[in-house]
Amino acid sequence: MSKHLHKPASRFRLSIVYVAVSCATLMLVWRVVDLHVFHKDFLQNQGDARYLRVVPIPAHRGMILDRHGEPLAISTPVDSVWVQPTAFSSAYNEWPKLAKLLQLDLANIQRTISQRKDKEFVYLKRHISPDLASRVMALELPGVNLQREYHRYYPAGEVAAHVLGFSNVDDRGQEGLELAYDDWLKGVQGSQRVLKDRLGRVVRHVEQIRKPVPGRDLTLSLDRRLQYLAYRELKRAVLQHKARSGSAVILDVHSGEVLAMVNQPSYNPNNRDQFKGSQTRNRAVTDLLEPGSTVKPFTVVAALESGRFRASSLVDTTPGQMRLGKAVIRDSRNYGQISLATVIQKSSNVGASKIALALPDETLWKVHARLGFGSATDSGFPGEAEGLLSHARHWRDIEKATLAYGYGLSVTPLQLARAYSVLATNGIVKPVSFTRTDDVIEGERIIAASTTRQVNRMLEAVVQEGGTGTRAQIAGYKVAGKTGTVKKAVAGGYSDDRYIAVFAGIAPASQPRLAMVVTINEPRGDIYYGGEVAAPVFSKVMAGALRMMGVPPDDVSLRPLKIAVLNHSAGGRP
Amino acid sequence: MVILAALIPLVLSSALGVVYAKHQSRKLFVQLNELQQQRDAMNVEWGQLQLELSTWATNGRIEQVARQRLRMTNVDFDQVVIIRP
Repeated sequence: MSKHLHKPASRFRLSIVYVAVSCATLMLVWRVVDLHVFHKDFLQNQGDARYLRVVPIPAHRGMILDRHGEPLAISTPVDSVWVQPTAFSSAYNEWPKLAKLLQLDLANIQRTISQRKDKEFVYLKRHISPDLASRVMALELPGVNLQREYHRYYPAGEVAAHVLGFSNVDDRGQEGLELAYDDWLKGVQGSQRVLKDRLGRVVRHVEQIRKPVPGRDLTLSLDRRLQYLAYRELKRAVLQHKARSGSAVILDVHSGEVLAMVNQPSYNPNNRDQFKGSQTRNRAVTDLLEPGSTVKPFTVVAALESGRFRASSLVDTTPGQMRLGKAVIRDSRNYGQISLATVIQKSSNVGASKIALALPDETLWKVHARLGFGSATDSGFPGEAEGLLSHARHWRDIEKATLAYGYGLSVTPLQLARAYSVLATNGIVKPVSFTRTDDVIEGERIIAASTTRQVNRMLEAVVQEGGTGTRAQIAGYKVAGKTGTVKKAVAGGYSDDRYIAVFAGIAPASQPRLAMVVTINEPRGDIYYGGEVAAPVFSKVMAGALRMMGVPPDDVSLRPLKIAVLNHSAGGRP
Repeated sequence: MVILAALIPLVLSSALGVVYAKHQSRKLFVQLNELQQQRDAMNVEWGQLQLELSTWATNGRIEQVARQRLRMTNVDFDQVVIIRP
């Protein structure tokens, strides 16, 4: 052995070793260069694709508030459970525990997972409470993750359901104001890049790609207390008269704001399992009705404007019915020769028809068109109906006459309320708004103040003894309003046993603040008159509304009223 | 040689600086995460409190308590005294 050591190696063999080693080294270096330089992009991408993930940062939807800042719709954080099927499958034995906790059917989970084996992200259950979510995570199952989401909650429930509408599970508006103001309310999700390990846990936050932008709050014109009051009374009346449906609208006449809008039947927006289209429709803006006698005041407006009538002019309604072609227009009895005021007070169809026939062709149509019948209000409510008002050109006498007492045109309760608010403002129309406005709204004059004053005085008589709407009286306040009992249109004419009871009015009459319309569709009892069914709702709701808004009583004549003068005695009786 | 002698400590200090900055960033990031979790927890609580508040403050419930427990009634118009300023 020692001899071998001292013997110099053959040069040839040595050089072979050198070459072989350097070749190997070169090959390694080349491989390193190849991977690091020439294939770097591809490999980096592959690596990133396996571990880098872009995950969303949730942003919540803005609140909806009533005019006093009370919440009507809130987004609360909830968690959604999602799984990574491959990792999750390894814990098959633990599934029953999870299924029990989430109240899911085990077979369902199995089916979902086997169908989506090749996916990376599968929702197991959405929108569970943060409490339950932490118990799910305590099971420490592989591949189970949470995602923060927001659930929409409506504290007012069915009371404001129609106006607010609702949003879907992905926090996008689907109906009502949630839909109309979706762009304003919605939050914009941010996103961030994170590094995840094999089990999908976030190891490192790499960068924020986009900042989340939370949605903005929306302040509505609704008053939650008024809304509740109107809802309660409407519901009571609809139940009492076994009616099919009903609506009520209250407008602030000075600003055009909608203070309350309620409908029956309603639904609970917090529990949307048993939804029906007939419940979710905001009937006050989507459903049309022929307004019946409630448009007679506007017939009188047309009459006064034409100059052919004055408030004291007499109309001969004898013998209480009149024939126009094949049709017969009837009053409930023969009123004889009566003034315009009595036509309104007694709601004489013959009287209104005679007035309309005495007017130039387009007069009545122009008044209706100016009041906004036949065109949508500018409320911006999704699905708002325009109504129907055919042009005067096409009218025959019978159509002119029927229009005078409210048939042959169709309006929404909101349009009718707006028309009455024009009477309340002495002829000025304001844009209808669902959001709170603090500015003074100028509006546009469409009827002369002197005309509306005369009409309002006639409308006050409707509510007083001898009128059709005595049940709309409010203690302490003067009310101006008009009843309507509308026969429903059915195939081939008008029904004799299906009605809509309507009351439209303004209060307090001497200086109106509120306009309100109540419609009750198909009351199925012995009484169905607007003055019997709809007027009491008006009275109760309006009384409460005036009290809540602190409107001073203007009717001190009817009952003995105690009045204290501050200078002499500050208190009065306790 | 002189340049090299000057650059070596500079490179060393910059390397230490990187280590320090990285450490700081990790510390801050942990802090950020903690604060974000705190914020989320508070948001959750706030949402739940809002709901609780609005459940207690339902008009129906207030009316019921006022009428039944506190025996309040609407003011009858005969009891009203109007004060003229």
